[in-house]
Amino acid sequence: MTEILSIEEVEGRLRDRRYIGDRALATSIFLALQLKKPLFIEGEAGVGKTEAAKVMADVLGARLIRLQCYEGIDLAHAVYEWNYPRQLLHIRLMGEGPNSPTDRRTAEREIFSSEFLLRRPLLDAIDNDDEVPPVLLIDEIDRSDEEFEAFLLELLSEFQVSIPEIGTITARQVPFVVITSNRTREVHDALKRRCLYHWIDYPDLDKEVEIVRARAPEAADGLAREVAALVQGLRGMDLYKVPGVAETLDWARSLAALGATRIDAGLVSATMGAALKYQEDLERVREQVPALVEKAQRA
Amino acid sequence: MPDEERPESLGEDPSRIFSVAPPDLLPRLGAFARLLHDAGLEAGPRRVTDATRALNYIDLKAEVDFRNALRAVFVSRKEDLPVFEAAFDIFWAPPDPRASAGMIPGRGRSLPMAPERAKAWTEALGLNRSQMQREQPPAEFPASSSGYSAEELLRHKDFEEMTWAETEQVRRLLEAAPWRVAERRTRRLRPSRTGRIDLRRSARHAIRSSGELMTLFRRKPRVRRRPLVLICDVSGSMERYSRLLMIFAHAVSRREDLEAFVFSTRLTRITRLLRHRDLDRALDSVSKGVHDFSGGTRIGDALGDFNRKWARRVLGHGAVVIIVSDGWDRGDPEHLVAELVHLRRSAHRLIWLNPLLGSDGYEPLTRGMAAALPHCDDFLAAHNVAALEDLGRLLAGLDSRTSR
Repeated sequence: MTEILSIEEVEGRLRDRRYIGDRALATSIFLALQLKKPLFIEGEAGVGKTEAAKVMADVLGARLIRLQCYEGIDLAHAVYEWNYPRQLLHIRLMGEGPNSPTDRRTAEREIFSSEFLLRRPLLDAIDNDDEVPPVLLIDEIDRSDEEFEAFLLELLSEFQVSIPEIGTITARQVPFVVITSNRTREVHDALKRRCLYHWIDYPDLDKEVEIVRARAPEAADGLAREVAALVQGLRGMDLYKVPGVAETLDWARSLAALGATRIDAGLVSATMGAALKYQEDLERVREQVPALVEKAQRA
Repeated sequence: MPDEERPESLGEDPSRIFSVAPPDLLPRLGAFARLLHDAGLEAGPRRVTDATRALNYIDLKAEVDFRNALRAVFVSRKEDLPVFEAAFDIFWAPPDPRASAGMIPGRGRSLPMAPERAKAWTEALGLNRSQMQREQPPAEFPASSSGYSAEELLRHKDFEEMTWAETEQVRRLLEAAPWRVAERRTRRLRPSRTGRIDLRRSARHAIRSSGELMTLFRRKPRVRRRPLVLICDVSGSMERYSRLLMIFAHAVSRREDLEAFVFSTRLTRITRLLRHRDLDRALDSVSKGVHDFSGGTRIGDALGDFNRKWARRVLGHGAVVIIVSDGWDRGDPEHLVAELVHLRRSAHRLIWLNPLLGSDGYEPLTRGMAAALPHCDDFLAAHNVAALEDLGRLLAGLDSRTSR
C-alpha cells in the first residue's frame, strides 16, 4: 500500500481526485487506516458517502469491492454460494455416479472445491491475492436487517469466514472497510462500536461551490455559484426531501447542458426536477422561484 | 470518582493543554470518557483504548485534529454530536482567566446529566452549576395511596375520572396485556414445507444421491412484526389523558418495536426516553426531555415535522402509525389534511385514537377532526382500558392483506 503519513496527505489526495472533504473527514479516514478499523459514514442521501469510499480506493491504488445492502440480503448473496447447477452437471458427467464410498468422497471433494465456489463481495474482500488490501464498501447498511448486521459484526472482528466444506478462511491482509448508512433506521450500537464514526453534513456555500467546480467543471463559474446558493436556499425550506450535493451537481450539469451561464426564474422552474423529487415540494417551491433566484444571485 | 481530575491552572497559555505529555494525557482521557459516559454516550474501555491509539497518530498541539480524532472514536450517532462538542469544550478548553464567577467557560454549552452527577463534575472541574445541567430536577409525583376498584369497572372507567391509585392499577393492566402487532412478510426466506423451491438445499441433497434431484426442499418468506409508531398529542386539552397515554406507550414499548413521539406545538421523539424498564424513571425522563407538555396544539405542523424529519427513518418495513389526539387544532385544517395524506401514503395503516370518542354523544365536529377523519384508516376511542384493548385486537388482526 502506498503509505499515508499524515492527515494533510489524505486531504491533499482527496482533493487531487476532486473530492472536496473537510479536515474532520480526512482525520477519520487517516485514523481508520492507521488503526485498521472500519469507517462508518452516516449522512443524508447525496452528501458523498459512497463517493468517499470510491475515491479512497483510488487514493490507495486498491481495488474497490462493493456490497450493496438490501432487505433480506443473506450469506449466499454477501459471502459465497456453491454453483449448484455446475455441481450437478459435473456429477452427471462423471458417468453413472460414484459407487464405492471412496469414489463418493473423492467426488465430494472435487465438487466442493473452489472451482465450484461463487465468491461474493465479502469473501472476495477477505480472500484475494491483491497486492494492496482492497477497499470494501458496505453500502447502505441500514437497508439490511438485524441478522445481517450480526453476521457483519462477527466478520469485522475476526476477518475470517468459515465454509464448512473447505474450512476457515482468514484474511491475509485486512481490507479498508467503509460502511455507509442513510439512517433510515438505527444501526445497532455493537456494530458501530467496532468502527470509527463520521457524520457528513451538508456543505456550506463556499464548499458547495468548490464541489460543483470540481465535479461539474462544465458549469461556468457564475452558474456554479448561483446553483449552489439556490440549493442552499432550498435546504432552508420546509421540504419533504431536501436536495443533497448529488442533486446540486445534477442541476448544475443540466443547466450547463442547456447552455446556461446564469440562472433565471424560467430556467429554474423548467429544471427544478433535478433537485426536487416530490410533487408537494415542487409545488411549494414553484411559487417562490423568483425570490429564491434573486437571493441566489446576490449570494 | 472524577474529583482528582481537576485541570491545573492553564490560564497563561491556552495551547498548553494540548501539549501535555502522554503520562498526563492518559488519566485525563479516562476522565473525559467518564464525563461522556455520564452525559449519556457509550464510552467503554474499548473506545478509550482506541482513543489512546488514535492519539499516537495525531499532533496533540493541533486542537482541531485532537477534537476530530476523539469525535471519530467516541461518537457513533448524529444525536450525540452536540453532547460531545459541549463535553469537549467543557473538559479540554482552558478556563478563561478573565471569567468572573458566574461566567460560563467552554463556550456556554451545557450537558444533559443526572443532578447528582452534574454536581460532582461541577466540583471536579471547578465550573459553575448552570453549565452542567440543563434543567432543575422535576417536581415529584404525588405519592399514590392504595385504593381498590373492581378490575372490570376500572376497565371501563374514563381516564379523565381516575384517581392516582387507579392509574397505578391501569398501569398493571396495561403492562400485563399481550401487546402484539400483526406481522408482515419479510424478504428473508426460511425453510418450509410449502413455498418456493430452495435450489440450494435441494441441490446439496441431490449431490449426495449422485446428482439426482430426489427431494425438493422449499422455503418461504419469514414473517416479522410490523413496527409501530405512536404520535401522541400532549397539549392542554389532552392533559388529563397524557399520563395514561405515556403509561400505554411504555407498556407497548416493552414488548414491541415502538417509535414514540409527543407533540403540542412541536414534535419530540421520546423513543429513547421510554427505554427505562422502570415506568417512573421512564416518565421522569420523558417529562424532562419534553419541554412542550400542555401547550397549544398544531397537529398539522407536528405531522409535517414528522413527515420531513422522521418518516424516512421510522416508517420503513410497513409500519403502523397511531395518532392520539382529540383533534382540537389551532392550525389550518387544510394543512393538517395535506400532511395526513402524505403520512398515510408512507404508512401501512393509519389509526387515529381520540379519547373524546368515548364520551356520550361525541361527534367529531372540531374542524381538525372533521377534516382529518376521511384520511384515516381507523378511528377509535382511547378513553379507558377497554378501548385500548380494542386497539390491541385491531393491531393483532392486521395482516399484509388487510384492506384499507
